Amino acid sequence: MMQPLLEVRNLKKYFPVVKGFGPFKEIRWLKAVDDVSFTLHKGETLGLVGESGCGKSTTGRAILRLIEPTSGEVIFQGENIIALSQKEMRKKRREMQIIFQDPFASLDPRMTVKEIIAEPLRVFKTRENIKKRVEELIEKVGLSRSHLDRYPHEFSGGQRQRIGIARALALNPKLIVCDEPVSALDVSVQAQVINLLEDLQKEYGLTYIFIAHDLSVVKHISQRVAVMYLGKIVELGPVEQIFNNAKHPYTKALLSAIPVPEPGAKKEKIILEGDVPSPINPPAGCSFHPRCSGKKPICIEVMPDLVEVEKGHVVRCHLYSGEVKRGI
Amino acid sequence: MGKFWEKDWIKRLLKNKAAVVGLIIVLLLSFTAIFAPVLAPYDPIKDGSLQNRLKAPSSEHLLGTDKLGRDILSRIIFGARISVEIGVISVGLALIVGTLMGLTAGYYGGFLDSILMRIVDIILAFPSILLAIAITSVLGPSLNNAMIAVGIVMVPSFARVVRSTVLSLKEMEFVEAARAVGANDFTILFRHILPNSMAPIIVQGTMNIGTAILDAAGLSFLGLGAQPPTPEWGAMLVDARELLVKAPWVAFFPGLAIMLTVLGFNLLGDGLRDALDPRLKQ
Repeated sequence: MMQPLLEVRNLKKYFPVVKGFGPFKEIRWLKAVDDVSFTLHKGETLGLVGESGCGKSTTGRAILRLIEPTSGEVIFQGENIIALSQKEMRKKRREMQIIFQDPFASLDPRMTVKEIIAEPLRVFKTRENIKKRVEELIEKVGLSRSHLDRYPHEFSGGQRQRIGIARALALNPKLIVCDEPVSALDVSVQAQVINLLEDLQKEYGLTYIFIAHDLSVVKHISQRVAVMYLGKIVELGPVEQIFNNAKHPYTKALLSAIPVPEPGAKKEKIILEGDVPSPINPPAGCSFHPRCSGKKPICIEVMPDLVEVEKGHVVRCHLYSGEVKRGI
Repeated sequence: MGKFWEKDWIKRLLKNKAAVVGLIIVLLLSFTAIFAPVLAPYDPIKDGSLQNRLKAPSSEHLLGTDKLGRDILSRIIFGARISVEIGVISVGLALIVGTLMGLTAGYYGGFLDSILMRIVDIILAFPSILLAIAITSVLGPSLNNAMIAVGIVMVPSFARVVRSTVLSLKEMEFVEAARAVGANDFTILFRHILPNSMAPIIVQGTMNIGTAILDAAGLSFLGLGAQPPTPEWGAMLVDARELLVKAPWVAFFPGLAIMLTVLGFNLLGDGLRDALDPRLKQ
């Protein structure tokens, strides 16, 4: 089998939460990303979904080492980039890029569009003609050359996001982490940006990690989907499997919340009880058990492992692991 | 980019009457400093004669003469040069050192931040004029040393302002974006963070020029700054001290010049702060 482009193994990011000081100091750990593993092949799109605060964005940033992971391995093209020095990592960055959620905060307000898009090229001192490349990029993302001398505040959200995409594309990366790239945009503009991302993927053979909380967007763009809950992947599988044959109770609840664009359509909604528990003090056992309708005694005590229910479709739930089936 | 005077903040600045008054005073001062030799009716040092000493203001000497018979107007006009020089050099010194300290402390944080900020705290623990006196007495009394002393005293204000701005800017997504495209710390600091912290630095600089001129005048008054016969405003006040009753104009006009200059820079600084602070944007 072909070597995967990206392999994430047991990635963890714990943030210290310090309370008090001196001898009364108490450090607790917020487990934003807790033991996340997955692989990604060239040209593929992996959707990463979950509620706010479940660690999706932290996972994306930890893979790029924009946040230093606590532990784990990120193997990109056969090389563990977590082990690289800062200097080596900077060089690696031309292969892996990110598109940010907020198109208003992610562009330097004091730079012109030209300077913003040219920055990666300047950093890497590419030999090619920077001016020509910037013009090519701006047209590639559907804006015109006349926009180059303007400042970000003169553009709409969708246009700014296109500028962000042009910057990410500048160095011909292989992997792009799209961190909720459309959730700050109007629905009509969302579709345009999604289409642009798809076209670019086809043209350049890009690989995306697409972080989102909007499931219909994820369904449209991804080949595989990973569902996260409290820093852990609870279900991962091909997009059809996840949307038609979801196994994990949490995934089922998420899917039932997608609005149906049909008046009068009846749909059973699973309303989850309670709130997401604090990731500082996650519940023992399966972290979803306080809100789960099908919980068994074992769920309160033991954290389930990911089990494969079908080829390439894994679930972290006791209902599908041997224990419950055996009647424990 | 629009024309300079079409920028929002310039418009806001020009709407603020107090700031315009400040701007006019500052422009007049700069004009006076640049064209001093043309504007001054007499030489500030050489054109004295004891027959002319302590003449009250008249058509010949608009602001009167001092105890050596020198024309006070001419001395004030040439004094503007020295004051502008003091303001620009000492604030420039404080701005460069303070900004670098603030950038480093705010961006890297941790141990470096603690060290730099404790140095700042130490400087701040002394009353500024007292510290300036201490520094000039160590370095020796001269105008240059007074400028250095005033500069050192003003470093903390820049370091603190820049540090707090950097603390908020470094969490911005565009800084993360720069890191994501492989930019190193130097690029991030000087191409992204510094340009975005210019507004508070400019405001701090303008306000501090007034204070710097006042402090340097104070040092000169105490004999630690400009030495006679330099026509420095603070030094002119010393000469006038014992003549307050007999010839009040000798003290009055240099004092007025100091007051107006400090007022001008403060009004302009306040106006700039209001104009550049985006939180006040409607």
